[in-house]
Amino acid sequence: MAKVVVLGAGISGHTAVSYLSKYLKKDHEIVMVSPNSNFQWVPSNIWVGVGLMTPDQVKFKLTPVYKKMGVHYKQALAVAIHPEGDLENEKGFVNIKYVSEDRKDVEEKVTYDYLINATGPKLNFEATEGLGPKKFTQSVCTYDHAAHAWSNLQEAFQKMENGERQTFLVGTGHPMATCQGAAFEYILNIAFEINKRKLNHLADLWWITNEYELGDFGMGGAYIKRNGYITPTKIFTESILKEYGIRWIKQAGVSKVEKGVTHYETLDGELNAIKFDFAMLIPGFAGVGMKAFDKKENDISSKVFAGNGMMKVDADYNPKPYENWSAKDWPLIYQSTSYKNVYAAGIAFAPPHAMSKPMESPNGTKIFPTPPRTGMPSGVIGKIVAQNIIHQIKTGKVDHPHEASMAKMGAACIVSAGYGLRKGQAAVMTVNPIVQDWEKYPKWGRNIKDTVGVVGTAGHWMKLFMHYMFIYKAKAKPFWWLIPE
Amino acid sequence: MSESLDKNIPYSNMSYGTEPTRMVKFMRSCFIIQLFNFFKLNLKVMRIVVKGHS
Repeated sequence: MAKVVVLGAGISGHTAVSYLSKYLKKDHEIVMVSPNSNFQWVPSNIWVGVGLMTPDQVKFKLTPVYKKMGVHYKQALAVAIHPEGDLENEKGFVNIKYVSEDRKDVEEKVTYDYLINATGPKLNFEATEGLGPKKFTQSVCTYDHAAHAWSNLQEAFQKMENGERQTFLVGTGHPMATCQGAAFEYILNIAFEINKRKLNHLADLWWITNEYELGDFGMGGAYIKRNGYITPTKIFTESILKEYGIRWIKQAGVSKVEKGVTHYETLDGELNAIKFDFAMLIPGFAGVGMKAFDKKENDISSKVFAGNGMMKVDADYNPKPYENWSAKDWPLIYQSTSYKNVYAAGIAFAPPHAMSKPMESPNGTKIFPTPPRTGMPSGVIGKIVAQNIIHQIKTGKVDHPHEASMAKMGAACIVSAGYGLRKGQAAVMTVNPIVQDWEKYPKWGRNIKDTVGVVGTAGHWMKLFMHYMFIYKAKAKPFWWLIPE
Repeated sequence: MSESLDKNIPYSNMSYGTEPTRMVKFMRSCFIIQLFNFFKLNLKVMRIVVKGHS
């Protein structure tokens, strides 16, 4: 009997555990370790942040779902991994610390035959002084952050209704933050809500971003087929912001936030500041800070994890200039470089390099987005990692028939702007592959036939449809596996 | 909002963006066109996801 341990119940880890339980639960042991008691459908947090959904609509309790799946669920934090075991354990194990009320702070060693690290990102608010919901800015990265943002946004709306002018600042809160798509969606929703309340004349909306050009989205921008033209996403994005009356600051690395003031440096080295009444700035991401130890308890974290705390996998991490980056640098099976029975899925794996061209200010500040790995790619990676482990357990072979390089898989980004079956709108953008492959697609970097950029009600219906469909799938309801990632 | 501020100022960032015509705005919310787009886009996304991994 094999034992598979999954760390993290986000989109990637939850997808992996769903497939593992479907194919292995009868004869093998599946364990989920996650400090969260709820699963959250992160893309819908934007709607929580503008009061169109409640936190209860975007989350559900994990315990009953894992009970139904036959998964052993431990509500605990993974502290360290011991891939070689120790003097007492021959097998690799994970040190966990419970966070559940009944076993709070109890520590345990969880042994494994296979380990999937899907711990996701640490929201690194500390990397920017004054950033985060406990300080001076809001966040929509979790449902409770989004609910907090909504309560602050309501106060701003109230002030506007009393005739007070308000400045809204939304974007990236660190020079190397990613997830521009979520922030972009949030500012469009704020603009929609202001317009709905007929308060436009009292609002100043600002988009602040670390992108060299708008529409970079951490993937070096894209070309899309639109109205008979091949258009760069720069034009697409600028046009949408213009339509919603949102001004922008680009090439900006936020360095510090004070009450009502954001300080930032631009790529040309200028130090500036912008005042705000309401700000939602996405933090930088880092690994969750797990440690790794060998059999003799020596710290091997630097061997297992990259400098940002994310796990090194089968990618090419040799430093090379931007011009020499290749699609082949990206991992195929997400297997640890050091331990063959350890995998990293979703945001937990260390990308070989950025997708956007690295940029540095004259002061030496790196200002460019790191690669996005949320949503669709995270789900797909979780699935193929699980499928490879299932294959190895069932056949005894150590090969990997399932592959999913981000330089081969596509993604869709749906940026809703407004809500309602008739009034809702969304910009839908698809790219394939996510990582540009200039050798295979020398003209546009990606398969232009698979790209699209459209705005309309259909996109909003898609976003709503996906919300209900993926929550259905995550709850492992009948025929959930028919729904693609 | 900033509609009257930057959009009509020559050489401002905002002045370079495209803007939808009334026809485009109508098409964006026309039920028949959007219903067609809904199925077309879903099919496209599904195809991209499925062929992206083996």
